[in-house]
Amino acid sequence: MNFFQIISEIEKVDPEVYDRLDSRRSVFKHMTGLGQKLTAAALPLAVGAIFNKVYAQTPVGAGVNDVLNFALKLEYLESYFYNNRTTVTGLSSQNSAALALIATDEANHVTFLRAVLGNNAIAAPATTGVFDYTAKGTFPTALTSANTYLAIAQAFEDTGVRAYKGAAPLVMTNKTVLTAALNIHSVEARHASHIRAMRRAGASSTTPAQGVPASPYTTAPKSWIVGNDGGGPVPGTTDAIYGAGNNSNAPSGITFESEANTTQGGVALSSSTITSIAFPSGSTAFSEAFDEGLDVGSVARIANLFSVTGNYFG
Amino acid sequence: MSTVFPPEPQLREADQDQPLYVPIKRRSFFMYAGATAGATALVLAGCSKSDSSPGTIDVGAGDAGILNYAYALEQLEAAFYAQVKTGGYYTGSTITAAEKQIFDDLALHEAIHRDFLKAALQANSITPLKDLTPNFSSIDFGSRDQVLAAAQTFEDTGVAAYNGAGRFITSNANLALAGKIVSVEARHAALIRDLRSYGKFVDSDVVNTFSPSAPATAGVYSGEGTPNSTPNTQGNGNPGPGQERSKRPPQILQAVNNFLADGSKLSAGSFA
Repeated sequence: MNFFQIISEIEKVDPEVYDRLDSRRSVFKHMTGLGQKLTAAALPLAVGAIFNKVYAQTPVGAGVNDVLNFALKLEYLESYFYNNRTTVTGLSSQNSAALALIATDEANHVTFLRAVLGNNAIAAPATTGVFDYTAKGTFPTALTSANTYLAIAQAFEDTGVRAYKGAAPLVMTNKTVLTAALNIHSVEARHASHIRAMRRAGASSTTPAQGVPASPYTTAPKSWIVGNDGGGPVPGTTDAIYGAGNNSNAPSGITFESEANTTQGGVALSSSTITSIAFPSGSTAFSEAFDEGLDVGSVARIANLFSVTGNYFG
Repeated sequence: MSTVFPPEPQLREADQDQPLYVPIKRRSFFMYAGATAGATALVLAGCSKSDSSPGTIDVGAGDAGILNYAYALEQLEAAFYAQVKTGGYYTGSTITAAEKQIFDDLALHEAIHRDFLKAALQANSITPLKDLTPNFSSIDFGSRDQVLAAAQTFEDTGVAAYNGAGRFITSNANLALAGKIVSVEARHAALIRDLRSYGKFVDSDVVNTFSPSAPATAGVYSGEGTPNSTPNTQGNGNPGPGQERSKRPPQILQAVNNFLADGSKLSAGSFA
């Protein structure tokens, strides 16, 4: 067991590992003392105890590398999807230009995550044969019809927002990785807002920001999520993107609620608890004002709809 | 945090065995604070008054400080949209149906954020900041251009602020809460930007849209806090490609204070 090799590996994704182990690095002095007292057989146990203390907030099986590699897989799914935008017909020139911007961002996310992970990054998936944007025939016009394409884009962006939000607490021990994840998270939310505006006004609109939303928000959504958004762009297939997650492995203090959730931090939000402003009758603002995170397992199930093997995302 | 103040072996060795209460020189105090994440809040709690700008209200330290910081920003946003709804642009005849609907929603969302944060602070026995007095005298509420420009400033600032504050949050639950709000602010920001000029939802002033000509070398991404980076105590230093340009609380408050009246201006001495 090469202790310093392990530390070195961790440092690649966790530059603050030394500080976390001990802000004065004196742990290494302690290790020297320990080493003199412990037999070789006992040493791994001592090391394990140190790591348990340091990474106690990280659930087993969800190390920082695992979380980042999972994010990388999602970014590949998105990046390749936007690279395929050129076969889509029916988009206004304004909307084609906007999709090119999103494509650049997603490619940049891939580049960034690969750089952070270094040698620990997964192999890049092949550009064909790994992802199936028709979801095994559910969306036969995925890469040709603008309406279908934008519906899938919304599904990906909204899922991405929930995935980064849900995973943030898993990487909060590393402030660099956390800040990067948050900075990607908000960009995904900007994309989601924009794609929703495009769908609201229609793919061929030349004034795409001026669309008016229409309940149940499946084809003319708001830029934010109203309740469960009527099941999303393709009700029946995309419901899970707006539904509740699985709390069995949730970090302490967190639950993965459906997007329709209106209780935040123990406060039930309604016109009787929020009294500084008048709400129209039946207002959906209480759910709109908060997005919800989603656990890795639930995100993987959604993403696997678009995996040829059905299990690329685990 | 430690890489913001590069490790100085002599200092680290010297202060290693010093108890917290030993008086230390002012310059080394900041290194001490920077190098000792766990003790920063404790140490600064005793110093925040003298380190704050004169006449400002400090948001405080720890998760409570971040929650109050968020509460301050949401107070400002809510007050802004309340005033938009009484202004000439919103009440006039030229506003589109889409824009009216958007400002209705934004006013509700931000009022919810503000009132919710106050309730959450009180539920956790944290004293909320006082009701802040905004100063929107620089904004012509009859002008569509000016209202949208100001809305963009507030929404972009909100996103950069929550992102930049994430690193100071210690509890899972509070981090998750901030995350639930920030993505809604980002949705707002993108749409307001698109209303002003379509396709600006991820423009280069808020997102690093730089495309590296070649993939960065494995494992040596030169972002904030990593080896080889240029220390930057204000913003996110050098955000990676495709990322939001987030900002630390003092930098945010510098901009936000322009919209707060004297007596309501803020500082965040614990979150540099």
